[in-house]
Amino acid sequence: MKRYFILGTVALFFCFTPSGETPTKPSAKVKADADNGGLVLPKGFGGLVVSEGVGKARHIAVGANGDIFVRLSKLKDGKGTVVLKDENGDGKSDASSAFGNFAGTGIALTDKYLYASSDTSVVRYAMKNGSVDEASKETIVTGLELYGEHGTKSIALDDKGHLYVTFGAPSNACQEKNRTKGSKGMDPCPILDWHGGVWQFDANRKNQKHADGLRYATGIRNIVGLDWNKATGELYAMQHGRDQLTTLYPEMYNPEQSAELPSEEFLLLKKGSDFGWPYCYHDRFQSKKVLAPEYGGDGKVQARCEGKDKPIMAFPAHWAPNALLFYTGNQFPARYKNGAFICFHGSWNRAPLKQGGYFVAFVPFKDGKPSGDYEVFAEGFAGGPEIKQPNDAKARPMGLAQGPDGSLFITDSVKGKVWRVIHQ
Amino acid sequence: MKNNILIFPLFLAGILCFSWKEMPENQGVSFLKTNAVPDSGKIIYETYCLACHQEDGSGVPNMNPPLVQTEWVLGDSTRLINVILKGLKETEINGDSYSNEMPAHDFLTDKQIAEVLTYVRSNFGNKASGIKEEDVRKVRAKK
Repeated sequence: MKRYFILGTVALFFCFTPSGETPTKPSAKVKADADNGGLVLPKGFGGLVVSEGVGKARHIAVGANGDIFVRLSKLKDGKGTVVLKDENGDGKSDASSAFGNFAGTGIALTDKYLYASSDTSVVRYAMKNGSVDEASKETIVTGLELYGEHGTKSIALDDKGHLYVTFGAPSNACQEKNRTKGSKGMDPCPILDWHGGVWQFDANRKNQKHADGLRYATGIRNIVGLDWNKATGELYAMQHGRDQLTTLYPEMYNPEQSAELPSEEFLLLKKGSDFGWPYCYHDRFQSKKVLAPEYGGDGKVQARCEGKDKPIMAFPAHWAPNALLFYTGNQFPARYKNGAFICFHGSWNRAPLKQGGYFVAFVPFKDGKPSGDYEVFAEGFAGGPEIKQPNDAKARPMGLAQGPDGSLFITDSVKGKVWRVIHQ
Repeated sequence: MKNNILIFPLFLAGILCFSWKEMPENQGVSFLKTNAVPDSGKIIYETYCLACHQEDGSGVPNMNPPLVQTEWVLGDSTRLINVILKGLKETEINGDSYSNEMPAHDFLTDKQIAEVLTYVRSNFGNKASGIKEEDVRKVRAKK
């Protein structure tokens, strides 16, 4: 009898330990699909499809009990966040529900709260025994300007009680007339007062307006993927570089150059960072920021871009990095720990040339900096060797989350497929 | 002999250079590829539209609308001409929203607009009547 009591206590203890001792292996019942869910992964890894489609998925979070929360860019049956549960423990979703009447991208989960963003607000719900308490909904940031281009709000939390919100620029290059040939760049660019950066808010104060936040970093055209790196205590993000160099300046850039410029930038954001948009763009072939043609640049001259903050890594153009995740789990081999996973949603602005992206990359890290080149970690999403048009892609990797056992979860923006990647 | 080796490539380059200059101007790659009279609507599409709407008119999900099987393309020609002249922003198309703003293309001539719209309405699986230069002129005069 006493033995059972002790066993029960031990079981209860494990049941309620949120993240103290993280498991290093997925449960034996969780097995990779025979075809790895259609993904191509490095040796030793396996993939399984958790759900075939939840809707137009954006970012994702996974709770300590394994429940999966997926944000949607378009309401499904009037709801904007889908909850997937795995009741029999085989890794596949066998029960789903949804809550919240607002669509959007951002999601962040702690053991106490689930934060979710629409394009105009950030709200949070209290977590009760691993479930969202819908009645507890509080508005944290409200009244944000609604706009289409780069209007989605991604969010991240640090360990000091701050909430970071991305404010993408409603513009390509801050021209007087957006994306119009011959239209000059506005100087100074008025968009930077309220957009084109990341703002920091109090994660625990209700009803903050945009003006209550601090402009934490600026000169950033658009960020969709960002993450707080717990190992270094710093915020990192992926910038989407500008489009259409050849459409707007055909005399300076041919279609090949326009397909390869500028870099998609991996940024380390410090308070006061300025990465130079719209005046500058990063050229990974010259390894520097150069003056944008809208501001008199010729593709080489740096001028005012010389002092702007540089990326910690530069990726090929237009790949659209839509999620960033620093891996803190113990399931994957040690070299993955504290490294970065990046979802490249896939390009469109390389047409008529072959598109790029459509995979999940891994970047090894040491001392808060990339310690090697990027590696293709997961590919096969789009369903073909070559994607000519984005619309041909069967799936596009969009969101990333880490499960309590160190599994990696990936969402798809086309049908909302959800994969889980495990190490076997 | 050594001199001949040097001279031959120069000679060859000279011939190539000469031939290139002799080629008809402004027909570029399309001319080389198809060896037929180029469709001026297609060339305008490739120059101003393809980057966003893609080679097959399928657009970019959630960003740039498709030009395939939509009333915006197949329906009322006045509305369609106005999209080119005035641009389009944050409009729902076939139940989906698209985030990127289309800039006004009023710098194109009436003839160019008529040609590119005729190309769009008769390609990518679309089968709608052509747009005449006169139609564009009338719509532009009204604005």
